[in-house]
Amino acid sequence: MVTTPDTTVVEEPRPAGPEGEVLLEVSGLRKHFPVTRGAVVKRQVGAVKAVDGVDFTVRAGRTLGLVGESGCGKTTTGRMITRLLEPTDGRIVFEGRDITHVSQGTMRPLRRDIQMIFQDPYSSLNPRKTVGSIVGAPFRLQNVATEAGVKKAVQDLLDVVGLNPEHYNRYPHEFSGGQRQRIGIARTLALRPKLIVADEPVSALDVSIQAQVVNLLEDLQDEFHLTYVVIAHDLSVVRHISDQVGVMYLGKMVELGDNESLYDGPMHPYTVALLSAVPVPDPSVRGGRERIRLQGDVPSPLNPPPACRFHTRCWKAQEVCGQVEPPMVELKPGHQVACHFPENAPPDAESRVAKAAGIA
Amino acid sequence: MTAPIEVSGSEAEAQPEAVLAGMGGKVEGRSLGQIAWMRLRRDKVAMSGGALVILLILMAIFAPLLTSWFGHPTGEFHQDMIDPNLQRPLHGPWHSGISGKFLLGVEPTNGRDIFSRIVYGARISLLIAFLATLLSVVIGSTLGIVAGYFGGWVDTVIARAMDVFLAFPLLLFAIALAGVVQGKVFGLSGNGLRIGLLIFIIGFFNWAYIGRIIRGQTLSLREREFVDAARSMGARAPYILFRELLPNLVAPILVYSTLLIPTNILFEAALSYLGVGVNEPTPTWGGMLAQAVPIYSVDPWFMIVPGVAIFITVLAFNLFGDGLRDALDPRAR
Ligand SMILES: Nc1ncnc2c1ncn2[C@@H]1O[C@H](COP(=O)(O)OP(=O)(O)O)[C@@H](O)[C@H]1O
Ligand code: SF4
Ligand SMILES: [Mg+2]
Repeated sequence: MVTTPDTTVVEEPRPAGPEGEVLLEVSGLRKHFPVTRGAVVKRQVGAVKAVDGVDFTVRAGRTLGLVGESGCGKTTTGRMITRLLEPTDGRIVFEGRDITHVSQGTMRPLRRDIQMIFQDPYSSLNPRKTVGSIVGAPFRLQNVATEAGVKKAVQDLLDVVGLNPEHYNRYPHEFSGGQRQRIGIARTLALRPKLIVADEPVSALDVSIQAQVVNLLEDLQDEFHLTYVVIAHDLSVVRHISDQVGVMYLGKMVELGDNESLYDGPMHPYTVALLSAVPVPDPSVRGGRERIRLQGDVPSPLNPPPACRFHTRCWKAQEVCGQVEPPMVELKPGHQVACHFPENAPPDAESRVAKAAGIA
Repeated sequence: MTAPIEVSGSEAEAQPEAVLAGMGGKVEGRSLGQIAWMRLRRDKVAMSGGALVILLILMAIFAPLLTSWFGHPTGEFHQDMIDPNLQRPLHGPWHSGISGKFLLGVEPTNGRDIFSRIVYGARISLLIAFLATLLSVVIGSTLGIVAGYFGGWVDTVIARAMDVFLAFPLLLFAIALAGVVQGKVFGLSGNGLRIGLLIFIIGFFNWAYIGRIIRGQTLSLREREFVDAARSMGARAPYILFRELLPNLVAPILVYSTLLIPTNILFEAALSYLGVGVNEPTPTWGGMLAQAVPIYSVDPWFMIVPGVAIFITVLAFNLFGDGLRDALDPRAR
């Protein structure tokens, strides 16, 4: 079915079905970037396995936090969901519809529902355009009519994100990083999307500004009934905003769980290490937690370690870790992990993992 | 023809915001273009170059008016001004023929008014240089932006074409083509055909330089997230190319154009000098030089005037172009 974007008024929020219903379902998602050699005749000599089999679901009105060190494939995942990148393999189902490989033409009207906030507020706004034309572009591109004209709609949006509507005619270079990110947020809101993928929305900002922008995202979620996938490279940023958190390592999801369960009892050694790096304000809570320093760098996704990809840096690694890939197992309700020797796990965890891996 | 201006910066990262360098807080409510203009206005040398450029353009536009006020028709012979034995102008300093009626003197032998011929020569010079530049810039920018944005085989094909055009022996080709194309082509004949041919040759075979610059800048611009933002809102390729990317390429296009114009002026003069450009009796600066060179030892003035005209014009465009570049990217200084 090819739907041309007809002219519709979208001043009203467009809630994505009943709260809690599955909005986005990602399964087995992969992106391999071919590595070629040769100037004229190109030969493929390998592939960067940026994302290598990722599964998760996001429910309407909820927030999934995606966390992992830089280079582990978070941005690539976000870009596949927004269909800025073509997945190599796997499935992306949005509102029950498989959008994994739909054509750009079919995708165009759907883009109203799925928007993206970009990481770098200095690169995501066209320096030659005014704020008004940046925030107003989605209306024109999607042929969406507004009740009182594009200008009024843009000014309302600027107001919503906490900017002065009078600054309509200003250029991006006149704003600070935090203000620029707000402009970017206003732009994504223009089409009243259902799902917003926010790629490290605050990592380019001063620490003092970060909380403000995160709070804004939270407020907007309530006001516009938004569903979020929020990407971050450390666990502290997504802690308050997420209902569910997924931890990625080298293109794989290694742990996925409900917010509280994951922060209170991280099971994957990598998550434990990431959490130990997060400063804990209350010293009494910090007591039991020792800061774990991961040795070495993240291995290259061009040639990732076999089986458990974390075994080159894991302090609990044993022989089996480099031989058998640990499957994702739901060890606690709503909390899955892929590790042979999980921490904070129920007593029978290791045997359950071994069984799932077929080595028991 | 070798590369008219250096293209080494072509792979440099496109930095449309570079114009902001050192502006402090004085940017409120101003576009990057307005900021560049503020900076350019303070550059006295560039502004003089720009003023001179405007004067030259006005001179070319109002050539008929100027000659009717201060001169004589370009084709009018004034043999009364010429010494019939020596074929030199009779009067004026250095036997130039300069007088109140002939501001820049008269030609040896025929006694035509040099002032009028210089003024009308500016028309040919600027017309050909501007239109040839326009042609190069339109072809070069379009192909450069398309190659840079789409990449893949499109880029491979266009980049190879650029290499071919860059290696082209343009001057030889121009001389050959000008000799071959005669009579009536596309409804043009005579000097109309000549002018059209020169614009085509100079313009069409020069697009690769700007093409390469724009391609390089597009390669770096397309990595900016605002391009992805536009795609994620459903923008199609033409919108991204011409509404998102092109405005960020205005600076290099402008600078390159102002620096290409003087090169084209010199090229046109060279072709006219070699006799493959616009023919007599239409006045051209190159043609005037060609007539003057064999007799320069007797009549140096006759050679100095068109030489100085070319020099001033080229200098004015270069000063303005350099200033424009500094104003648009002060860090590149
Ligand atoms: N277009 C691309 N071509 C080749 N490799 C890429 C491309 N984009 C990303 N990568 C590689 O994929 C891996 C994951 O990148 P990315 O998704 O940006 O990670 P993150 O956002 O988690 O920092 C990195 O190793 C990166 O170098
Ligand atoms: S599977 Fe082994 S190497 Fe991998 S995280 Fe668990 S303990 Fe560490
Ligand atoms: Mg990233």
